[in-house]
Amino acid sequence: MIFAIVRTALTGLRRDRASLALNFVLPIAFFTIFAMVFSGQHDTIPRVHLIVVDQDHSAASRDLVRGLQREGSLQVTTHPEAKQHASIRPDYTASSAEAAVKSGDFPVALIIPAGWGAHPVDFGANEQQGPKLRLLSDQSDPIAPQIVNGLLQKAAMTAMPASMANEGMKYTEEYLGTFTPEQRKRWDENMRYLEQVQQERANEPDANSSSAKSTSSSVFSGGIVAVDTHSVVGEHKNKNLISFYAAAIGVMFLLFTASGAAGSLLDEADSGTLDRVLSSRVTMSALLGGKLAFNTLLAFAQLVVMFLWGWAVFHLDFFTHIPGFLVMGLCTAFAVAAFGILLASMCHTRGQLGAVSTLLILIMSSVGGSMFPRYLMPQAMQKAGLFTINAWAIDGFTKVFWRDLPVISLWPQVGVLLGVGVALFILARRIARRWEFA
Amino acid sequence: MSTAVSAAPAVSAQPIQVEKFVKRFGATAAVNGVSLALHAGDCLGLLGPNGAGKTTLIRGIVGRVLPDGGSIRIFGAEAGSRTARQVLGWVPQELAIYPRLTCSENLFAFGKYQGISGKELEDQIAWCLGWASLTDRGNEPARNLSGGMKRRLNMAAGIIHRPRLVLMDEPTVGVDPQSRNRIFEMIEALRAQGTSILYTTHYMEEAERLCNRIAIIDHGSIIAEGTHEELVRNAFGSSSQVVARFAGTESAIAEWVEIRGGRFAEGVAQFTVQHPSEIAALLDDAGARGFQPEDVSLRRPNLESVFLHLTGRELRE
Repeated sequence: MIFAIVRTALTGLRRDRASLALNFVLPIAFFTIFAMVFSGQHDTIPRVHLIVVDQDHSAASRDLVRGLQREGSLQVTTHPEAKQHASIRPDYTASSAEAAVKSGDFPVALIIPAGWGAHPVDFGANEQQGPKLRLLSDQSDPIAPQIVNGLLQKAAMTAMPASMANEGMKYTEEYLGTFTPEQRKRWDENMRYLEQVQQERANEPDANSSSAKSTSSSVFSGGIVAVDTHSVVGEHKNKNLISFYAAAIGVMFLLFTASGAAGSLLDEADSGTLDRVLSSRVTMSALLGGKLAFNTLLAFAQLVVMFLWGWAVFHLDFFTHIPGFLVMGLCTAFAVAAFGILLASMCHTRGQLGAVSTLLILIMSSVGGSMFPRYLMPQAMQKAGLFTINAWAIDGFTKVFWRDLPVISLWPQVGVLLGVGVALFILARRIARRWEFA
Repeated sequence: MSTAVSAAPAVSAQPIQVEKFVKRFGATAAVNGVSLALHAGDCLGLLGPNGAGKTTLIRGIVGRVLPDGGSIRIFGAEAGSRTARQVLGWVPQELAIYPRLTCSENLFAFGKYQGISGKELEDQIAWCLGWASLTDRGNEPARNLSGGMKRRLNMAAGIIHRPRLVLMDEPTVGVDPQSRNRIFEMIEALRAQGTSILYTTHYMEEAERLCNRIAIIDHGSIIAEGTHEELVRNAFGSSSQVVARFAGTESAIAEWVEIRGGRFAEGVAQFTVQHPSEIAALLDDAGARGFQPEDVSLRRPNLESVFLHLTGRELRE
């Protein structure tokens, strides 16, 4: 008897492809995505993108920049990407680097101020004599500045040992008295050796094998280079991650809502109501257009409620961002509504729609940044995320609520979301022809 | 019903003119060269068993099925065209209504879909609710209605735009006798106003009561068409039917009935006779073979008999 029940259930499952996909494909897909995000064994470990502005142009600053460039965990940039046909690529300035961080192009920028090379080391006894390094960061990515800070200390130790020793000697002479001629002679001999080592390291090509060159890192512990870290974005935000999660979670649920609402098409096809409606003056284009409009408004209303909740409970700064919210909210709602209509037009039953939409939306949400920030992901996954509605929507809302950028700066996100929405709707219209005539 | 008239195409044209309509689904011809006409003011009953092609033909007339051959014209306009849609009302076999909407909201929605609005729509909703005896249920969500009420609302939604032609695809499926009678009255009220109706069913009594002309469809083809009397006369002439039960061995009775040119099914023997006087000879022959009559009746052939005669099977098989 039990065998018969098992066999019946198994046969049913085998013929229910949607359930099969949910049972087996979805877990495997999720396992793969999470493994790629959190596994350090992957080839494309996320690297922190760092702008370096060298205002000092000293030997010490050049050594430091070279040391940072050799770090595999960093991708150091000193000048913006060249525009087409431009042969000259001017270096970043402090202000252009700050602008790049504010706009979200880079999570962190290092400014080496003029005069830093004269006193690069801060032994912590007193205030550093010269100007400090400045680290400009974006608090939406709290990990990047910490990584840069740590690697900065390491680079200072490994890339400029002679400078470090020389600076140490200066402090020694200042606080303990001058060296004897014999001490001075031995010091100079050792300095020559260190300078030779420093020169050799400087000549080494940039590499990702930082661990191989870190033999001295245990000797020189962190904090030797003073860094003044300054958040240029998000410093004064209340509950700074609220806007991110409102957008990230909001978009994911919008996708579910939109596909669920679009499923009314399947209900109507099932009940014969669709046939009756199409036998009236309503055309298929008008019907789908109406569904798209309704689903867009529904999704937008859902976003409004979510952000209002964020404002009421988590003090999200909602009312000062109304124009940007309207633009991003409507564009996002339009894109997800079109996505839902497409799914409904592709599926034949509610069950199929439920399975397919769950599968697609969860994958899109994980890759697109609704479940964890995309900067945690490997490069390849970050790029893959750009094929999702989630990523563009979250980027747009981040621009509005996090970076306080003007509405005009939303044009890439608006363009993509509207374009995607139109393309998906046109595709849905073509597929929906199957309902028009038998 | 309001006296306003829908946009009217060629007035002189027939409400429905089907010419050699063919529709195939794969290798199967659901409708195979059907020609049919519905005259103004008529109620044409389309009779046939399940799978005969009734619904496909109806969907072709509505314009929801593209023909593989032939043509269908509604008051002279091509089926499915905007003009045809304006003058045609369709009551599908399914309950094609919005269950969460109230009766009034359903009618409002379908009225809007048909392009009417404002006072005209309000009047039409009120008329339709009255026509369907749902006035006191106007604010009731459709899903809370009884089966018969849902059927009536389904019909009302099909005529909200005052069509001159109404297609009803088995509108009484699954309703109790009382609701069925109410539906008959609704249809008769429509006819009294001059609305042309095409009515599909596999219930003979419905066709006999409601339709002044009947077409019998089987295996995708019209096998007979005419008034009730014409169909019976063409099939049986002036003959009558003798229906009898006999005591005796069933197999022996069946063999004898076949020899006498009759039909034996479920213990009942049926014979066609030209004159009632033939009954005596029939009973004598039965008695001589040892089959004692238990129940004998004489009746005029009906549509069921016609269908049986033409197809060799019961309508509801």
